[in-house]
Amino acid sequence: MSTGLIPRISRDPRHGQVLAVGALVLAGTIWFGVEIPWWRPLTALIAANLTQALGARLAGIRYDWRSPTITALSLTLLLRTGGWELVALAATVAIGSKFVLRIDRRHFWNPAALAIVVVTAAFPGAWVSTGQWGVSGWIAVFAAGAGLAVTAKAGRAAVPFAYLAAWAALAFARAWWLGDPVAVPLHQLGSGALLVFAFFMISDPMTQPWHAGARAAWVMTAAALGFGLQHAWIVTSGPLWGLALTAPLVPVLDRLLPAPRKLWVAPAHSAPKGVPA
Amino acid sequence: MKRPALTFGALALGALALIAAAPQALAFCGFFVAKGDAKLFNEASKVVMVRNDERTVLTMVNDYHGDAGDFALVVPAPTVLKREQIHVTENAIVDHLDAYSAPRLVEYYDPDPCRPVMVMEGLAMGAAAPRAALADAARAKALGVTIEAKYLVGEYDILILSATQSDGLETWLKENGYAIPKGASAVLGSYIKQDMKFFVAKVNLEEHAKQGGGLLRPLQIAYESKKFMLPIRLGMVNSKGSQDLLLYTLTRTGRVETANYRTVRMPTGLDVPVMVKDRFGDAYKAMFSTAVGKEGGAAVMLEYAWDMGWCDPCAADPLSPRELRQLGVFWVERQTGGAGLMPRMPRGASDVFVTRLHARYDAASFPEDLRLIETGDRTNFQGRYILRHAFTGEAACEAGEKYRQSLPQRWEQEAQRLASLTGWDIGEIRDQMAKYGTDPGEVPAPQPWWKSLWKD
Repeated sequence: MSTGLIPRISRDPRHGQVLAVGALVLAGTIWFGVEIPWWRPLTALIAANLTQALGARLAGIRYDWRSPTITALSLTLLLRTGGWELVALAATVAIGSKFVLRIDRRHFWNPAALAIVVVTAAFPGAWVSTGQWGVSGWIAVFAAGAGLAVTAKAGRAAVPFAYLAAWAALAFARAWWLGDPVAVPLHQLGSGALLVFAFFMISDPMTQPWHAGARAAWVMTAAALGFGLQHAWIVTSGPLWGLALTAPLVPVLDRLLPAPRKLWVAPAHSAPKGVPA
Repeated sequence: MKRPALTFGALALGALALIAAAPQALAFCGFFVAKGDAKLFNEASKVVMVRNDERTVLTMVNDYHGDAGDFALVVPAPTVLKREQIHVTENAIVDHLDAYSAPRLVEYYDPDPCRPVMVMEGLAMGAAAPRAALADAARAKALGVTIEAKYLVGEYDILILSATQSDGLETWLKENGYAIPKGASAVLGSYIKQDMKFFVAKVNLEEHAKQGGGLLRPLQIAYESKKFMLPIRLGMVNSKGSQDLLLYTLTRTGRVETANYRTVRMPTGLDVPVMVKDRFGDAYKAMFSTAVGKEGGAAVMLEYAWDMGWCDPCAADPLSPRELRQLGVFWVERQTGGAGLMPRMPRGASDVFVTRLHARYDAASFPEDLRLIETGDRTNFQGRYILRHAFTGEAACEAGEKYRQSLPQRWEQEAQRLASLTGWDIGEIRDQMAKYGTDPGEVPAPQPWWKSLWKD
């Protein structure tokens, strides 16, 4: 069994994602003092997988636990609520959006980002804790995220790094314009939530433009908009809003710059066409 | 120092962080814990922030003990404030809020182990607190400084300034007798570029005398702004050590936390040795330092988060609707409410949630202003430390003997807990505990029946 385990895990990059995000949920709770009550991951996992099962049934495709699990764990890392109901709602909105909001046989809104934006905007009882990881937590998120990005087979290792580089450039430029010391942008970049976002959300290859050039332009736009929202419009979770608002550009860019589609696994193993992954 | 001391409130929306040319300008009152009015963190600035949607009311406490003529305050503010947006209130109201939210010590008495059914539980209150002029317009203009407005509010002369360049503002402030510390210019420049105005207050000595002198009263400003944050950067210019800030927020939905720093709950609900009773102030100070140290000095500590409708145990009564309105809680109905019996039990969720955040900041670990978010979390939290008095009666039964045998182990645990919470030397803790008859190294002898006979 043990000889087959690693190949089985590495066959699909989502397995690595599940492990990395799951490990972060555990490490955040145990070592880094990030408050994650047990009912939050539980509710998110149940609601996300139930929605996926229902959606799959309605769409006539096979149920796959991997994507809803990653989405549920990402929600757990970023979204905070006073009770389980809003977590359930967010997970349902996230997975539901993959089946409902589709253009050209694909979903283009990052499920977790969309759900967080919708639920936090609509309910005062939901919020995003952006400052809760601390320095050691930051290092852990960076290690997990960067390791995953580099080894991932999704083939989009550059996306999170490009996003972070764009964000850093903007932070330093703003500090230079304001005459702030370098400690200010460095502190802004030390946000665990920013890393979680870069490595576990915008990195999702299923909601990025297929074309490499389009993808680069889109990542820069999401970073610029997110940064602008955070600093000029004082939106606490700027990156999430930036991603949610630039997502509709993805199908447009796909039409303008068509490119071959990327599926999670090689075509021989792949699910039927149009599977929301 | 003869120059007027400058209390530099860095308040984009308002914070109060002090820089002073004269040492006495830093004589800020701390917050009180347990026993009487010991000033624990006496360089702490106190700020009350009321916020709902974009409406914000900020109360800045100037517990300034120096010469009133030397007092000055510069606060970056998001808008040009009208006269009616500025107010002075009473120190007593902020003191009440401080007392209500202060960390508390509670006492329990062990029951007689020979009569285990009877529950005798005493609750002692934490006794948290005392029970309860200017340059002419042309010169200003030449420096790029515009005097947007000029008011007399209470004992304060207030100016609202806008500026186009930091050098000009710095020069103007210096020419007008404000002792600007070196390095302020860069921070002023940053705020100017972010389109902040500057709220400048000095004491009007005539008015102050008319009020009978005494302590300066807290200044309040009401404004609307998207920015939910507290600028602290000006306060750190030229400041050597760290400073304490107590931020009390009154909101509608739930607890407030910092968005760009970690917010960490103080350790709470822990049994500590009985000897802490007489030194709770020192113990809490040490606990706070230790807790902040564990976070590398870069976290904001949560000391209290509670629905304003009640408390348990109450370090002080909840604030009355009149007091809340004074602090700017505009959504509370105007009504007459009185103090009641303690502890206040829940009478349904009230519409006001109080959060008490305590930051110890310096330029290295807090390079940015505090950005705040209101969460949906209404979970109650308080800094609460427990003294468990051992039963000292005769207890001449088998269970009593067992109970006595178990005490040293419990006291040792308390000693170790206190040592880890405070960083105090465990040997000294044990020695002190012995003086209170709670020596972790010794099983207490059974007490003769007459020993506690006339103690009550």
